[in-house]
Amino acid sequence: MRIKTTIVFSLVASLGLASLGFAADGDEPADGRSLAFDRKKGNCLACHAIPSERKAESPGNIGPPLVNMKERYPDRDKLRARIWDETKINPDSVMPPFGRNKILTEEEIDLVTDYIQGL
Amino acid sequence: MKRKLTLITAGLILLGCANTGPAKGPEEDRNALLKHYQQTFPDIKFENYIYGALAMNPDAKAQYDEIMSFPPYSIDLDKGQKMWGTPFKNGKTFTSCFPNGGKNVAGNYPYFDNAANRVVTFENAINACLKTNGEEELEYAGKEMGLLTAYARSLSDGMKVNVKVEGSGALAAYEKGKKYYETRNGQLNFSCKSCHVQSAGKYIRSDQLSMMIGQASHWPEFRGGTDIVTLQGRFKQCEKNVRAKPKAANSEEYNNMEYYITYMSNGLPMQTPVFRK
Ligand code: HEC
Ligand code: HEC
Repeated sequence: MRIKTTIVFSLVASLGLASLGFAADGDEPADGRSLAFDRKKGNCLACHAIPSERKAESPGNIGPPLVNMKERYPDRDKLRARIWDETKINPDSVMPPFGRNKILTEEEIDLVTDYIQGL
Repeated sequence: MKRKLTLITAGLILLGCANTGPAKGPEEDRNALLKHYQQTFPDIKFENYIYGALAMNPDAKAQYDEIMSFPPYSIDLDKGQKMWGTPFKNGKTFTSCFPNGGKNVAGNYPYFDNAANRVVTFENAINACLKTNGEEELEYAGKEMGLLTAYARSLSDGMKVNVKVEGSGALAAYEKGKKYYETRNGQLNFSCKSCHVQSAGKYIRSDQLSMMIGQASHWPEFRGGTDIVTLQGRFKQCEKNVRAKPKAANSEEYNNMEYYITYMSNGLPMQTPVFRK
């Protein structure tokens, strides 16, 4: 609840800034990394550590750390399929089906897949 | 040995024919769940399950103990006590509606009322008392209900949770509650079980997930020290967090689920209210 409030506040704050015409430093267009980090989008850090990212702070540990992805997932389609709907691979998985339930759009899933594969 | 094996085989064949699993009831469910948590948390004693995630983290538990020795909500609790003690227009008080002046009764709720064919929560009993005495009922999961029950349930501190599931109506309500608990819901596709059974003890971001056994013995809570939340209010918060549409407090779904999860806390001591972050 607290966290949510903070998010809402910071959203309001950044909207305020934008309307005043100040683009805050570090504002980037949606990319795989920010989609993966964004609590309202991928929120992958809720469950996965990303040890190679300094900014991946206080991650959860419900899922395994996302490491050596390129080596472990040379086949991009296989990686994308897990993000699209992990429950197809493991029906008991608690990982949200980002594609099936339209939590992310197809384009967003492509961006996240590329980012994760690069880890 | 041989004979036993034959019997088991025969049993398996029979079960196979009936095409159902072994006969299961609430007590088998509870034992299986208990076993799951004992394996997940070999070092946590059963009676400490009432502390939920705090039982998994000695530092957080030490902070909690400190807060509880001088709780930030004492003034609110006084308000609840005043509500409990203030006579109705007819001169009676809440104590007239409960045996033993309301002491050591809350652990018997929810119970299944065969005549009404529904689960009765402690909050239902409070509202029934108000209605019988010509007073206005309180809003379920509202602040007043929270403050009143924070005091009223404290009269049962130390009582062991003692929920009974007896008879076919009761069993059906229990099963419905269990089903709701285990059904995935919302855009993020979680069931309560995904987090509090499958992932208990794991961290979701920086929150460690409590085990379900022990979750029902200490309501309402003061979150952040002063924000009063009833058990069904907490159901709503968890459902909102996973982008599911929460049910109403006192809905049949939530009452059945409260019945199910409180049964799972049987044997644990009640303590109300408590602090949570
Ligand atoms: C609520 C928890 C949760 C969230 C949120 C989550 N995951 Fe997962 N993820 C898991 C779990 C648990 C597994 C382990 C496999 C399983 O359950 O089938 C997993 C497995 C994976 C795997 C396979 C890992 C491996 O080592 O082979 C990948 C890749 C993955 N997740 C990517 C993501 C991405 C990308 C996101 C965000 C867009 C995400 N996950 C969000 C829980 C989650
Ligand atoms: C995505 C994860 C998640 C799901 C799904 C979820 N919860 Fe929770 N729940 C939490 C977190 C995080 C907390 C706070 C930490 C804790 O005590 O476990 C919490 C706390 C609770 C508490 C309070 C525990 C206490 O002692 O303060 C109850 C009761 C509860 N949840 C019940 C439910 C029920 C019932 C459902 C399903 C309707 C549900 N939860 C679904 C994550 C979840």
